[in-house]
Amino acid sequence: MRPIEYVAAKTVQEAVTSLAEKGDAARPLAGGTDIIVQLRGGRRQIDRLVDMKAIPELNELTYNASSGLRIGAAVPCYRIYGDAEVASAYPGLIDAASLVGGIQIQGRSSIGGNLCNAAPSGDTIPALIAYSAVAEITGPGGSREVPVEEFCTAPGRTVIQSGEILVAIRVPAPAAHFGACYIRFIPRNEMDIAVVGVGASVVMDGNTVTACRIALASVAPTPVYAAAAGAALVGKEATEENIKAASEAAQAAATPISDMRGTAEYRTHLIGVLTRRTLQSAIQRAKEA
Amino acid sequence: MTTVDKKNYKVIGTTPIRHDGADKVTGRAIYGIDYHTTGMLWGKILRSPHAHAKIKSIDASKALALPGVHAVVTGKDMAVAADIEVEAGETSLNYMHLSDNVMARDKALYKGHAVAAVAADTQHIAEEALALIDVDYEVLTPVLNGREGMKADAPMIHPDQTTKIMAFRFDPGTDSGEKSNVAGRSQLKLGDIDAGFKEADFIVEREYTTSWVHQGYIEAQNATAHWNNDDNITVWNSSQGTFNQRQLMAEILKHPVSQIKMVPLEIGGGFGGKIPVYLEVPAAMLSKKTGHPVKMTMSRTEVFEGTGPASAAQMKAKVGATKDGRITAAYAELVFEAGAFPGSAVGAGAQGMFTAYNIENVLIDGYDVVVNKPKSAAYRSPGTPQACFPAEAIIDELAELVGMDPLDFRIKNAAKEGDRRADGVQHPEMGNLECMEALKASDHCKSDIGGPNRGRGVASGYWGNAGMPASCSIAINGDGTVSLAEGSPDIGGSRTSIAMMCAEAFGIAAEDVHPSVKDTDSIGYNGLTAGSSTTLRNGWAVFEVTNQAIELIKARAARLWETEPENVDFADGVFFSKAEKELKLTFKEMAGKLMETGGPISVAASVAPRGAGPSFTTHMVDVEVDPETGKVDILRYTAAQDVGTMIHPDYVEGQVQGGTAQGIGWALNEEYFFDDKGQMLNSSYLDYRVPTMLDLPKLDTILVEHANPDHPFGVRGVAEISVVPPLGALANAIYAAVGVRMRDLPMAPHKIVKAIQEKNGKTK
Amino acid sequence: MPAEKTHVRTTLNGEATEYLCEANQSLLEVLRDVLFLTGTKEGCNDGNCGACTVNMDGRIVDSCLVLGVEAEGSDILTIEGVATPEGLHPIQQAFLENAALQCGICTPGFIVASKALLEKEPNPSEARIRHWLAGNLCRCTGYDKIVKAVVDAANTMGGKK
Repeated sequence: MRPIEYVAAKTVQEAVTSLAEKGDAARPLAGGTDIIVQLRGGRRQIDRLVDMKAIPELNELTYNASSGLRIGAAVPCYRIYGDAEVASAYPGLIDAASLVGGIQIQGRSSIGGNLCNAAPSGDTIPALIAYSAVAEITGPGGSREVPVEEFCTAPGRTVIQSGEILVAIRVPAPAAHFGACYIRFIPRNEMDIAVVGVGASVVMDGNTVTACRIALASVAPTPVYAAAAGAALVGKEATEENIKAASEAAQAAATPISDMRGTAEYRTHLIGVLTRRTLQSAIQRAKEA
Repeated sequence: MTTVDKKNYKVIGTTPIRHDGADKVTGRAIYGIDYHTTGMLWGKILRSPHAHAKIKSIDASKALALPGVHAVVTGKDMAVAADIEVEAGETSLNYMHLSDNVMARDKALYKGHAVAAVAADTQHIAEEALALIDVDYEVLTPVLNGREGMKADAPMIHPDQTTKIMAFRFDPGTDSGEKSNVAGRSQLKLGDIDAGFKEADFIVEREYTTSWVHQGYIEAQNATAHWNNDDNITVWNSSQGTFNQRQLMAEILKHPVSQIKMVPLEIGGGFGGKIPVYLEVPAAMLSKKTGHPVKMTMSRTEVFEGTGPASAAQMKAKVGATKDGRITAAYAELVFEAGAFPGSAVGAGAQGMFTAYNIENVLIDGYDVVVNKPKSAAYRSPGTPQACFPAEAIIDELAELVGMDPLDFRIKNAAKEGDRRADGVQHPEMGNLECMEALKASDHCKSDIGGPNRGRGVASGYWGNAGMPASCSIAINGDGTVSLAEGSPDIGGSRTSIAMMCAEAFGIAAEDVHPSVKDTDSIGYNGLTAGSSTTLRNGWAVFEVTNQAIELIKARAARLWETEPENVDFADGVFFSKAEKELKLTFKEMAGKLMETGGPISVAASVAPRGAGPSFTTHMVDVEVDPETGKVDILRYTAAQDVGTMIHPDYVEGQVQGGTAQGIGWALNEEYFFDDKGQMLNSSYLDYRVPTMLDLPKLDTILVEHANPDHPFGVRGVAEISVVPPLGALANAIYAAVGVRMRDLPMAPHKIVKAIQEKNGKTK
Repeated sequence: MPAEKTHVRTTLNGEATEYLCEANQSLLEVLRDVLFLTGTKEGCNDGNCGACTVNMDGRIVDSCLVLGVEAEGSDILTIEGVATPEGLHPIQQAFLENAALQCGICTPGFIVASKALLEKEPNPSEARIRHWLAGNLCRCTGYDKIVKAVVDAANTMGGKK
């Protein structure tokens, strides 16, 4: 790795100032599991890393049943699935948080970092979209909120401007009879980047779907919020046929490429399979909620 | 030749804790990659970004100007090594090719080919310096496939290369005079292939392909070299053969062998990949230029791109059988990608391919083709995983046509003692059929596989193993313990197995023998830690030294008992007078009396053993396939192997399990992804997918102990062959599960889904 | 002119430890090349093999993905801190008795990772063991004997032996 400057920020203001000073030549550091690899491989060239892990707001994990969940941007995955209340209330999120790398990676990596890394394959992102999560951003110009489905703009790029930081991710309290699930396909059983990942959530009224959100990983330059596919199921019975139609709509929302992790045809095929399986599981969870 | 009756072994067959165990579980053991010494500089290699390019010039001036950089070396700093081919265990090596591989001369022949080396104060400075070296390349069209490379209009990688026609595996061959990327052609011929096919009632003919794979050892290549002011070179590294590497260093550096000392530190895996030299040469050259010791290691990417993976192959196979199930003919054409220099394992692959079976008519054509990819090195039964894959898959198809169970079909055709291999050699006594029958009788075979989309597959394998020379020496300590010096780097527990054979011979405990692995100045010549031969050949050396020591001690006892040495005998760890039975002393007691009876005793010996003891094995696997995703889950696995007499049963079983895991990875997920420019896209453990422990079930073994009659302790080579059958067994199991025959490795999920879709498309 | 070094203070294997390092040096590099504690191994340097596993503030992490400067104030356990003057840890003993190592390069990572599991879950199932240790690669053993060793160690630590 090239020589680099390291700054441990203690407050949001300090972090914002330190990042703004260097613009694109500075990046925030939380778990480091993406950025350190990128710096070593020469895929990012920066002069300064700003460590966010000592900033109180970025380390908070708060949940209550009415206002929902707030995950500080630097909170590592293990704290999220290790919290019994959070795990019980947000199983679809836990699906994803427990998949990022192995135990060692989960000991460091954060959902905030997974989101800011903005890989098309980021496992937590479709789960966050399924839960209608919102990103809370602060910068020199103040604070703003961006729905997670709008956060990533291109591979490795987000709506974050120079000097801004992601402070937290807010996940609303699930409605009654809400269920969500994230499933990805990988060739091994762990440690792989998703070939395709699908996050889905539903709200059920008996066997009728009253709300549905479907999001996809690894099938486009950014994670895809397949709004039309979700909408296709709203107001319908959760039948095999209707679920299949939603899966087909999800396939239509994707623009997969062929790369070393999979061909475009295979990815399209998997979207169909995984959307169906994810919806079935979300529906099941919704009915049991 | 005296051997101890197996039933009476006291140490052999037990499972003592390994002598290097405490160091290894506490992190104290020093591996090659761990070595530090005072005044050490760090070296790094600049590698070609192009798969095929002329190197027009190299300008290192900016790198040399970077503070902290001490020296740069390139191919121009190297002497031209001799164009001679020598045997090196299981593959052969050509000094000039190896030298050019270590550092490119005029051409970069693969992406990752070393073109320069830098020495600096820190690793980070050395890395920065690489970016400051300007290399002017003229990019050429690469050859990226064996069959493509064979075509008349393919770009020539080595412009003056002509095809050698080789009669057998290590034959230097006769020059055909034809200029070609085909470096070598060989043919194994037994019987009359046309007559054999005429006899057949059923014939199957298919094509198969496999991809490049890497041995995947977790410790990267490494070397620390010091070229001293007196012109003596010392190298500390992880090595699979110190004497072989010393010879290679001598040839490449044109430096006397006697002035090179290779010091083997602990080794973190090799599987054949740490036989050649890579960093040793540039580290020595940088040391000479800088006057400092220079340490070099590789990143994981460099290991994938700059060392010796196992060849991809394009193969054809054709087999025939009578309707009562006798295989009458087997034909194969094997095109192996050698990488940038000749010397793939195609010959070994041909030799092993159908060898588990008695087939009277065999014809195998082998082609060793250079391509613009890393130069292949040995990887566990080199050549045989690739070649046995089509053999085992096509034999399964034949069994189906004949209407026989695949294991019964193999049993019916199993090679036995006296049957001829395709290269004409007769099989010695071995346990091939015993393995198959043991598997047939196993719980696994009798169990119900259950479920839909589940299938069971079997496959066999053969590997010849190797001999190679060994030397060891022992010193008998006054307290009855023995210091045992040997020269084979211990890659899996061998120092303990060797100590156990010594302990058995003397009738003492394994803990009372203290083994250590020595450098090339401190022990006699040793062959490679490869070829499944370490325990075998060191067993011979131990047999020699212990026998000699026993004779010397008998003479000492005779002196004590005032009789002739012929009147003294030794059995069960006790020296006794044949005439007066009360006169007896244990080995330990005699050890305490050596000083007073003439002085200390130490014995050294070198051996060149025969009787490598080939390996046979048959595996069985149950899989469940998810037909919608193509994911293969392994439910149950049993490996039956003829293992000779097991010295340390846990380490023997460990070798069988370890090779099986590698074979599973080779079959299902591991491959080099090259783009159309010859760049490897997945040179990390993220996308080069070796099995994790979550991907594997328990690996059960049936270890058939059929003592090798040609070895004093009954040892047979065991460590390599288990990598061979998983490729065929999994292909056969997948067919049983979802009805598709996979002929292209790895059998990745997307390929299985595609095959299922095509099959369903046809039946609609 | 070489880059400026940071003075870092940590607790390492129970002892107050200080070191100087540059910001671009990983904790793995500090352990091996600054402190000469070479028991923690480098296998890939990008978080995919677990050979560099250490326990940091109660969590197992890949030390190749932690910067040396990030360890300020942390409590770190490496393989060198597992045994005591009284003897080997039951996990280390179990690895030896079960022949759970061949070349041994992955062994320190497995021992540190297993120790964390058994301290958290004293009686894990085989499936849980395989899941917890999926981030530790072994190329020699096929993992079978490693799983046996961890089960064996759990029995010893739980007083069942």
